[in-house]
Amino acid sequence: MDFSLSDTQQMLRDTAERLVRERYGFEERKRILAGPGGFSRELWATYAELGLLGIEVAEDQGGIGGNFQDLAIVLEAFGRGLVVEPYVPTVVLGAGLVNAAGSDAQKADILPRVVGGEAYLAFAHGEPKSRYTLAHVATSATADGDGFSLTGDKAVVLGGDVADLFIVSARTAGKAGDTDGLSLFLVPKDAAGLTVRGYPTVDGTRAAEVSLRGAKVGRDALLGPEGGAFPLIAQALDRGAAALCAEAVGVMTALNELTLDYLKTRTQFGVPIGSFQVLQHHMADMFIAQEQARSMAILAASRADSADAAARSRAISAAKVQVGKSARFIGQQSVQMHGGIGITEEYVAGHYFKRLTTIDRTFGDVDFHLTRFATLAA
Amino acid sequence: MDLNYTAEEQAFAAEVRAWVRANLPAETRHAVEHHKRLRKEQYVDWQRRLADHGWGAPSWPTQFGGPGWTPVQKHIFDEVLSEEHAPQPLPFGLNMIGPVIMAFGSKAQQDHYLPRILTQEDWWCQGFSEPGSGSDLASLRSKAVLDGDQWVINGQKTWTTLAQHANIIFVLARTDFQAKPQKGISMFLVDMALPGVTVRPIITVDGEHEVNEVFFDDVRIPKDCIVGEPGQGWTYAKFLLSHERTGIARIGRSKAELRRLKHIAATETVDGVPLIDTSGFREKVAGLEIELMALELTNLRMLAAEKHGQAPGAEANMLKIKGSEIQQTLTELMMEAVGPYALPFDPQAREQGWNGEPIGPDYAAPLAPDYFNYRKVTIYGGSNEIQRNILAKAHLGL
Ligand SMILES: Cc1cc2nc3c(=O)[nH]c(=O)nc-3n(C[C@H](O)[C@H](O)[C@H](O)COP(=O)(O)OP(=O)(O)OC[C@H]3O[C@@H](n4cnc5c(N)ncnc54)[C@H](O)[C@@H]3O)c2cc1C
Repeated sequence: MDFSLSDTQQMLRDTAERLVRERYGFEERKRILAGPGGFSRELWATYAELGLLGIEVAEDQGGIGGNFQDLAIVLEAFGRGLVVEPYVPTVVLGAGLVNAAGSDAQKADILPRVVGGEAYLAFAHGEPKSRYTLAHVATSATADGDGFSLTGDKAVVLGGDVADLFIVSARTAGKAGDTDGLSLFLVPKDAAGLTVRGYPTVDGTRAAEVSLRGAKVGRDALLGPEGGAFPLIAQALDRGAAALCAEAVGVMTALNELTLDYLKTRTQFGVPIGSFQVLQHHMADMFIAQEQARSMAILAASRADSADAAARSRAISAAKVQVGKSARFIGQQSVQMHGGIGITEEYVAGHYFKRLTTIDRTFGDVDFHLTRFATLAA
Repeated sequence: MDLNYTAEEQAFAAEVRAWVRANLPAETRHAVEHHKRLRKEQYVDWQRRLADHGWGAPSWPTQFGGPGWTPVQKHIFDEVLSEEHAPQPLPFGLNMIGPVIMAFGSKAQQDHYLPRILTQEDWWCQGFSEPGSGSDLASLRSKAVLDGDQWVINGQKTWTTLAQHANIIFVLARTDFQAKPQKGISMFLVDMALPGVTVRPIITVDGEHEVNEVFFDDVRIPKDCIVGEPGQGWTYAKFLLSHERTGIARIGRSKAELRRLKHIAATETVDGVPLIDTSGFREKVAGLEIELMALELTNLRMLAAEKHGQAPGAEANMLKIKGSEIQQTLTELMMEAVGPYALPFDPQAREQGWNGEPIGPDYAAPLAPDYFNYRKVTIYGGSNEIQRNILAKAHLGL
């Protein structure tokens, strides 16, 4: 076993951490959130220049040909800064799906644009009634001339309000809940019959409700096999969950550092509040929770590319459970130990807490992954 | 032993319910039930209706306009009002400064202020906490100096709930700098329209404006705006903080919220099955309901003891700790119940009369913000750590 970082990983970490340190202070982040679209296109261009948008993309498509563990390193740093750009939707889910399922022509068309920072992608999969169930897709794709016509509603599509290109899951056969009969389609944002209702989310990122009413796409819009997309969907959402695990570790680490510092500097009754034993014990447990989460996030990242789908899903569900539990504990305790200041918009602790809370609600919560873990045989 | 309400108590509950149903404006009820923002006039209007009916101050003695109810009646009243989605009574006048003025205020203060509290003619706020003095309130640094027939107040208060609506504030300030910290504090009643009083909003993590900073810059108040004796402010503050026991656990409110949680969990589905029928979630809701049952009985046991004249002991701390934890779990489970639809942030959906298209189910918008906001209940009014310290030291002798 070897937990050390490769040279590339070391370099990625230095790059991403420096970027967050220098460009993503709390005040800068506030300005970014208040700006047009609620994120920074300028920083997105910087991510592109630094190669952060093409970590997993092959070198001949402009990427750096790395793996998921390399990606996870960047996400952890982004977690520290509470980065709000649509990195997970575009890079992890969108480009990840094109990489995994795209034809040579699709890859050549889309990936260089993502790597160069020119295209935003979103995975329009969840639906109003699907909650976290992967195969609960009711959106239909019916044959129409030489292509397909898509009808249905997609819920809480992360990054959906800025996406140039959607990857839409839809049913070419079967009924909601069936794993067979699912297909993926590339649908540009200006396709007739597609409407996007964008909105902010409680953690400062953005999402959208996407509705499709007879949106027409050609046969070349099909991404991967017709009717056989379920394994791709499962892989994409596992990767999404693994990415959020890495990001959450960054958030938790930063929040723990902040809290520890507060315990040492805030005085009441003439002493630092960190001298109260009950707070010391909470802080010790928060540190343990962070390290338990880190271990499982590392496991998740190392299994994300695994060819054994069941082993991959099992490991990532386990990680998402541990991360969800740690995130909840650390978020709640940190706010509590900060007292009143912890629940204000003006101070960063509450923002970490909110991000940790939404991470647990995304790509399956603790209950969902606990059941999934128990169901998947070891 | 009999764990049921008596026939008279049941009749009382029915009377309260019938009256509330007839008198609570539909718009206000709807706003409370659906966690919309209440307007100032709605609070005031509801308090006036209660006062006109003689129910404005359930825990006050009859001589000051209270209804003369038993502790159990007060509990029933609170529960029925919560069930019927009446606005939660604001504690600052009724349960905080009111009882202090009754016990320590001058006759003139009693005659002037108490009737105005009953009818909410005055909206009071509480100026205790300061940036450097939260749990350790006795370290407060705001000061008041006597200058002829006026007190001159300087300092800063913070976390002042709903100060943006208030016209008057009760303030702790230091008047003696030589004495031990607790001995040098006095309590003042300050008109917020006076020159030198500035209110600045603090926005909380849910995006709402509920708390404020209040600054005092050479604010001059008449000499008789002090409560009781100079240097006794700490004693009055302790009286104030320990006075109100009924209602501290918010049991009525939590029972109403539990019903709401069950409704949401029965509406949400997992693979077509109602969430409330899935094993993990069902057990979490059941576990919470049992905690709430236990707390209600604990509360009733204590109310019965109070009725028989037994001195209150550890119950205020206990009720605060458990009651606040239950309130937090309720908000958390409601947020969990809507799954991904906890994410959209749609503050305008919390405005009364807003009839836009909701994002996801129409009950979803307030759930995550409420979860964030309710982290406050284990922090304010003496944090739960402080409550446990008191319980352990004062009641268990550790
Ligand atoms: C929403 C809200 C509304 C409020 N409304 C009002 C209001 O209207 N008027 C008003 O005057 N105040 C109000 N408060 C202030 C409230 O009473 C204080 O927040 C509270 O007393 C805690 O003080 P603090 O926030 O400074 O935290 P601190 O006292 O700094 O505490 C920080 C942490 O240290 C812990 N701690 C402190 N001392 C000890 C100890 N001895 N042992 C163990 N742990 C300890 C605390 O429990 C907490 O977890 C409000 C607060 C909030 C959040």
